Amino acid sequence: MSPYPVIEHRIDVAVVGAGGAGLRATLGLAEAGLDTACITKVFPTRSHTVAAQGGISAALGNMGDDDWRFHFYDTVKGSDWLGDQDAIAYMCREAPAAVIELEHYGLPFSRTEDGRIYQRPFGGMTTHYGKGIAQRTCAAADRTGHAMLHTLYQQSLKHRAQFFIEYFAIDLIMHEGACVGVLALDMAAGTLHRFLAQATILATGGYGRAYFSCTSAHTCTGDGNGMVLRAGLPLQDMEFVQFHPTGIYGAGCLITEGVRGEGGILRNSEGERFMERYAPNARDLASRDVVSRAMTIEIREGRGVGALRDHLYLHLEHLGADVIAKRLPGIAETAKIFANVDVTRAPIPVQPTVHYNMGGIPCNVNGQALTREGGSERIVPGLMAIGEAACVSVHGANRLGSNSLLDLVVFGRAAAAHCAGSLRPGAAIAEPPTRVMDPLLARFDRFRSAAGNRPAAVLRDAMQRAMQRDAAVFRTADTLAEGCEALAGSFAALRELKISDRSLVFNTDLVEALELDNLLRQSLATIHSARNRTESRGAHAREDFPARDDANWMKHSLAWVNDAGQVRFDYRPVERDTRSGDVEAIPPQIRAY
Amino acid sequence: MAQFRLPANSRYDGRPGRHHPAAADAARVRQFRVYRWDPDSPAPPRVDTYDIDLDRCGPMVLDALIKIKNEVDATVTFRRSCREGICGSCAMNIDGVNTLACTQPIDAISGAVRVFPLPHLPVVKDLVPDLTQFYAQYAAVEPWLKSATAPPAAGERRQAPADQEHIDRPSACILCACCSTSCPSYWWNSDRFLGPAALLASYRWIVDTRDGAQAERLAELDEAFKLYRCHTIMNCTESCPKDLNPARAIADIKRRILERDE
Repeated sequence: MSPYPVIEHRIDVAVVGAGGAGLRATLGLAEAGLDTACITKVFPTRSHTVAAQGGISAALGNMGDDDWRFHFYDTVKGSDWLGDQDAIAYMCREAPAAVIELEHYGLPFSRTEDGRIYQRPFGGMTTHYGKGIAQRTCAAADRTGHAMLHTLYQQSLKHRAQFFIEYFAIDLIMHEGACVGVLALDMAAGTLHRFLAQATILATGGYGRAYFSCTSAHTCTGDGNGMVLRAGLPLQDMEFVQFHPTGIYGAGCLITEGVRGEGGILRNSEGERFMERYAPNARDLASRDVVSRAMTIEIREGRGVGALRDHLYLHLEHLGADVIAKRLPGIAETAKIFANVDVTRAPIPVQPTVHYNMGGIPCNVNGQALTREGGSERIVPGLMAIGEAACVSVHGANRLGSNSLLDLVVFGRAAAAHCAGSLRPGAAIAEPPTRVMDPLLARFDRFRSAAGNRPAAVLRDAMQRAMQRDAAVFRTADTLAEGCEALAGSFAALRELKISDRSLVFNTDLVEALELDNLLRQSLATIHSARNRTESRGAHAREDFPARDDANWMKHSLAWVNDAGQVRFDYRPVERDTRSGDVEAIPPQIRAY
Repeated sequence: MAQFRLPANSRYDGRPGRHHPAAADAARVRQFRVYRWDPDSPAPPRVDTYDIDLDRCGPMVLDALIKIKNEVDATVTFRRSCREGICGSCAMNIDGVNTLACTQPIDAISGAVRVFPLPHLPVVKDLVPDLTQFYAQYAAVEPWLKSATAPPAAGERRQAPADQEHIDRPSACILCACCSTSCPSYWWNSDRFLGPAALLASYRWIVDTRDGAQAERLAELDEAFKLYRCHTIMNCTESCPKDLNPARAIADIKRRILERDE
């Protein structure tokens, strides 16, 4: 018998998370007349989409020749042929309509002289299959994510979508292999809520906070991924963690790739534009994994800047004050506050910083979650995932800049459309037996009353340092083995967790501990997957296996993590067919920029 | 009958809070005096003092609060997310001024750093205010595009760069509530005065060339309390951590109503 009263909700769809993907899904579901609850641990406009800067990609061709097939080619190449080509074709084909839809919602895009949406160059974005530089990234100055998130929230208000704000999702409610809803904590009231739903859509974002230094917000703890692992389901391609080339040295705050899109240049301690050596054609606008590796090598070989020679300089002084004020005002402000640099006069100190998770919940283009059992794949009824939490996979082994905001709206929309087409509003939902709820409530109570001697902050710090050290830009069997051991220790230490705050109202000590559990499980999946994949591809660079190995590894890894912290693997094939007549598949090639 | 006294456990009784000294070897110590109140406890609010070694702390007030929560007292409660001044979560009253803890350098404050929740809002716990009404006021101005015409069948609505400039800054609001909760008129009449943040949100659409509901929006605001409780005190603009100018937006709304009525 649980000491916690549980408040009941029966709805058509529960959306967990109110970032770009969650909001796009929510407003689409509300528009379609489905009774939808958007459950979010922060007020919607505080979700981490708000921090996206550079823009959203779409082959509109407003500023030069473009075609969505070029975008498709770039994304396949950027993914290092781990992306599923049918999903990539879908995303790139849908992109222009998705961006125009945002404009019609009122998003305050920057404009060209003739009043069209302004587009800037971005890393890895080319025309004519690698021959020219594309201007494809649609921007609202350097706060495109802010503009997009606020616009989507405004549309959600217009459609009278129902929000449960500052509700922390604790666990999925799983019954007979299907998801029948989600258990959540109303932080302000300290009460538990059970949402029984025909479909539960996880839009919970990435888990950058598994690392010590990341561009991600404190709230980026991948709670949906954590819930999926606890539900006995796998996560896909977790070894692929993107390091953004330009996080501010020390603070970790993001400096958009749009700076280099507008003409910014990276230089080493000798003043050399070193990217010319690593990527003769694209130079500073090579793909993020390529630039982050080049920077790491420069620093290792002693050409870093600063007292410890452990970072590099990003120059934009030569762009002039006008371009900076018009196109990059947020960057100027951030660099001033966090690096005390006037970007019109001095370079920004930067280093590769954890930024994005290509891995996540395996799912199809409708957003339906997938798993493998007994050697065959199946859809998990009632469970869906979108955005950074999902792994469709459109980003494969490395995401291109500005493809993330696109992913959010394209698949948020697709998930809503799938629900609208397959669910009947108000359809009855069977009551799951109490044995389904009991373990979830017991786990919550175990955390709430944890009376050990290890505060969440101490365990989190150990985990973050291990991930930073052992699952970095470059990896070897030795570092990964050490990391696996360190994380096993951290996960086991969770049994000695200490919670100091015994109250129920806005207990952030408790919430941080629940987030830590999610982070630890994802960290285990990440570092074990990295140890398991004995090749280098995209963001996963193994020094002991420096080549891509298509014969053995052109496949998605699936990782399950059990409650003892043990990880097991299975695999899914990469979809190499576009499954459409309007674009040709791109066969694997050597990836050079 | 109206209740004029706060509940017993909400009245500050003047007793000093707890003091958490720094480590013995701390060289550069700064005091942080933090407002504490737990609704689950019968105790009245208090101000706890944390001595922080700045040599072992990041540069911003948020860094100090996180250090306190991680290393000294895990029960200290505040909102935070992006830590770079774009999400608006960590708005609070620091050294008497509403601002974002994540972009407020400790070094810019002399003496003890006083950290309180945003003023004149119900407190949920410690530094966490209840923003329900603030959000409702934002929603009340119907902050979404209302166009009289259907969008073009293909492509975007066109907007000249000069017209985009009118919405560029007003649309950069992060809804942190620093402005509204620094406004004396809002303190007195927050039940009926919309406050600078909601008015700026309305203005953002009034000056958007794509919006077709300018007259409707102005008519909706043209009321003694919703708009005209603004007495041009300018605290809103003074406190905005994003350097926006809600006071100017409000003045422009008033001017547009005057011109309409001429």
